[in-house]
Amino acid sequence: MNNSILDIVHINNYLYLSLILFAIGVLGVLFRRNTIIIFMCIELMLNAVNLLLVAFSTMHSDPGGQVMVFFIMAVAAAEVAVGLAILVMIFRNFGGVDINLLNRLKW
Amino acid sequence: MSKYAFFILAFLSVFSALMVVFSRKPVHSVLYTIFCFFTIAGHYILLNAQFLAAVHVIVYSGAIMVLFLYVIMMLNLNAEGEPHKSGIIKTAAVISGGLFLLVMVSVLKSADGLEVAASGDNQIGMVKSLGMVLYREYMLPFEVSALLFLTAMIGATMIGKKELNS
Amino acid sequence: MNNLLWLIPVLPLLGFLINGIGNKHIPPAASGWLASLTVLGSFIISAGLFMQLLHDPATVVQADYFQWMNAGAFDLNFGFLVDRLSVIMLLVITGVGFLIHVYSIGYMSHEPDYARYFAYLNLFVFFMLVLVLGSSYVLMFVGWEGVGLCSYLLIGFWFKNQNYNDAAKKAFIMNRIGDLGFLLGMFLIFQTFGSLEYDTVFASASLLPFNEPVLTAITLLLFIGAIGKSAQLPLYTWLPDAMAGPTPVSALIHAATMVTAGIYMVVRSNVLYVMAPFSSEIIAVVGLVTAVMAALIGLKQTDIKKVLAYSTVSQLGFMVVALGTGAYTTALFHVITHAFFKALLFLCAGSVIHAMGGEQDVRRMGGLKKALPVTHFTFLIGTLAIAGAPPFAGFFSKDEILANAYIHSPLMFAVLAITAIITAVYMFRLYFLTFHGTFRGTMHQKDHLHESPATMTVPLIILAVLSTIGGFIGMPEIFHAPHFLNDFMRPVTALADAYKGGHVSHMFEYILIGVTLVILAAVVYLTHKKYVTDGHVPARDSDLVGIQRVLANKFYVDEFFNAVFTRPMDVLSRLSYKWIELGLIDKIVNSFGTVTNGTSSMLRFSQQGNLGYYLFAMVFAIMLMLVYMLVI
Repeated sequence: MNNSILDIVHINNYLYLSLILFAIGVLGVLFRRNTIIIFMCIELMLNAVNLLLVAFSTMHSDPGGQVMVFFIMAVAAAEVAVGLAILVMIFRNFGGVDINLLNRLKW
Repeated sequence: MSKYAFFILAFLSVFSALMVVFSRKPVHSVLYTIFCFFTIAGHYILLNAQFLAAVHVIVYSGAIMVLFLYVIMMLNLNAEGEPHKSGIIKTAAVISGGLFLLVMVSVLKSADGLEVAASGDNQIGMVKSLGMVLYREYMLPFEVSALLFLTAMIGATMIGKKELNS
Repeated sequence: MNNLLWLIPVLPLLGFLINGIGNKHIPPAASGWLASLTVLGSFIISAGLFMQLLHDPATVVQADYFQWMNAGAFDLNFGFLVDRLSVIMLLVITGVGFLIHVYSIGYMSHEPDYARYFAYLNLFVFFMLVLVLGSSYVLMFVGWEGVGLCSYLLIGFWFKNQNYNDAAKKAFIMNRIGDLGFLLGMFLIFQTFGSLEYDTVFASASLLPFNEPVLTAITLLLFIGAIGKSAQLPLYTWLPDAMAGPTPVSALIHAATMVTAGIYMVVRSNVLYVMAPFSSEIIAVVGLVTAVMAALIGLKQTDIKKVLAYSTVSQLGFMVVALGTGAYTTALFHVITHAFFKALLFLCAGSVIHAMGGEQDVRRMGGLKKALPVTHFTFLIGTLAIAGAPPFAGFFSKDEILANAYIHSPLMFAVLAITAIITAVYMFRLYFLTFHGTFRGTMHQKDHLHESPATMTVPLIILAVLSTIGGFIGMPEIFHAPHFLNDFMRPVTALADAYKGGHVSHMFEYILIGVTLVILAAVVYLTHKKYVTDGHVPARDSDLVGIQRVLANKFYVDEFFNAVFTRPMDVLSRLSYKWIELGLIDKIVNSFGTVTNGTSSMLRFSQQGNLGYYLFAMVFAIMLMLVYMLVI
């Protein structure tokens, strides 16, 4: 059988899985106060999207979706590098990474 | 067989993702994230995207999450000292997350085109086919992403270094 | 000479640029002579053009330099036109202008702002030349506005004195009122003829039926411009106030050239005016009333320059009467002679003021004959000329105006003749008060008395000669000499001549001359008796009673204007400032700011600064968007 997994598992399942992962990411962002974990949750959301992209790519036999995942990974890597640098600076200047410390963005 | 593999992997993914959010220690969160990413790599293999799975493991688990781990260790954040948010906010967060899921599901439910039969070509996830696409159709974005990395590298260095006059 | 035509206005402009930019870096003597020489250059070229036109009656030098404006049906060339009319104006402007420039070198020698003065003066000459040279109404309007600007600048030359500034503003605003008329007239011309260039306009105007209403409207509107510029009733009040400027300026701008621009404009448009007899009638009446009124006011003025100013208004009234009676050449004739003798009189007055150390009140002068011999002699010639004594210049031109008025209407002639007598009275009064009798000034002024330097006296002498012989270009018929000016101007006023009425009889001319001489002798005798033999000195204004007081106060015209226009305007603007500006507009504008400010000062508290809230808000907003997608 050279048929893909999608013949066995319907695409809807991937859709739900990816949605659930994304929602968990959102939940984490809202739930936690530690900025690093919020950051990780954002990565989680990105991966949920990646998963769905690969699923659709396989479904349509279109490598474009997978290429897009490459680029998302690239952007994520760059984002993490800059973001973590900012985090380190925040830690250095505020003495912590608690999101409640970051309250300067106001009137 | 594949069916069971999918559901087990899916369960593990969701479980580890939840543990990322709910574990107390940041290091545990990181480890659960890494685990979650591995399960997702498993999904990629199931979806015939072997090359992407390898890249995924290398980039996410190997590079990004190590970076996270490194920062946590460097800043010595592993203490359980993180004061938890108040109950109301936690409830609000859970409700929001649930509502979000609900809305997303209902939106995607109404989407069309999900009934297209899967085609038989299982070679698209191979290095050869991906390379063809990447270096032909996506040549310019590929180069630009190289530029993006350079920028990110310089930016991270600039931000992260100690200010000279302080 | 045709190729050098453009140099005529450009030379003074060059002088203006050099003096204006160099300003204080140019040595005073150099700037004065530079300014004078540029005008002299223009004069020489003008004289060349004059010679050329003199020999060939058909010649009209027209030079189109470039296309100036082009919008839809409107097409206008920037071009100069020299015909027999403009060449005479050119000669007057540059000739008298040059003499006054030279005079200014001496007169302004104590002035620190020397270069600025000459820069303005040159700019004035430039604009005046553009006014005269322009081949279209638009270019004339450019010059028209330009001379108004220079007049403003020069009246307010001593801008540290607020009164002078007010006088300058008054002149400018009064002229604006007239300019509006001119502008509307131009619009109407374009509307009617589709062009603003003289040849096109006049060619099509002569095809219109006689007494066409639109022509009456055009001519009246243009005449409103002339009323402002040539200081006719009711817009004449700026001219006496304009005496605030330096005296040579009064001579050049407010006597010899700028104020005659209105006359020039009407003569230039004589084709239009001939076709509109109703307008001509109004013009004649306006001129007559102005002449009488200004002459009456002049009787009781005590400021030497004010007397001359009112006499200028009165003489301009004479010219306007000539225009109204269709005697365009005669008006031009009087423009020329008036330019000579009035410039002379003003310059003499300047010389007197110079000697008196700035004193302008004739009650403090007297007996200046010995101290200022040249000035005295030339002033006497000017007085005789303006009073109309033969054979001085004013006699011939005034005689012609009177003759034309007689043809037009004997009543008009009578009033005008009486005005001419009044002119003689106030001029001799001024002459005797200033130069005869005993000195009434302070001791300090007496020691200071001196004849002016050569740069001032030489122009006086030249102008005196011109005032003496200037009238010979227009000899009346009875002397059996050719009337040079009439012959010269025939091509320009051909249409007007065709419409012109009859001639006065020779007998009338003889009587006119005889009566003139007798009356003049009487006037001289009476004024001499009153002001020299009896030593009468005009009383202070506050001691005057009855009609004299009314005259000394200039018929209360300024007060009348104040009460009728200025005051209500002030009240109206103050009210609209208080109610409309502050009460309405400001409140509306401010309320925008207040409302924005208020709402944002409330809304900003939603910006708590807590990132957690922001994340919640973001997620909530995304959900809203998704729901929106779902619902739609």
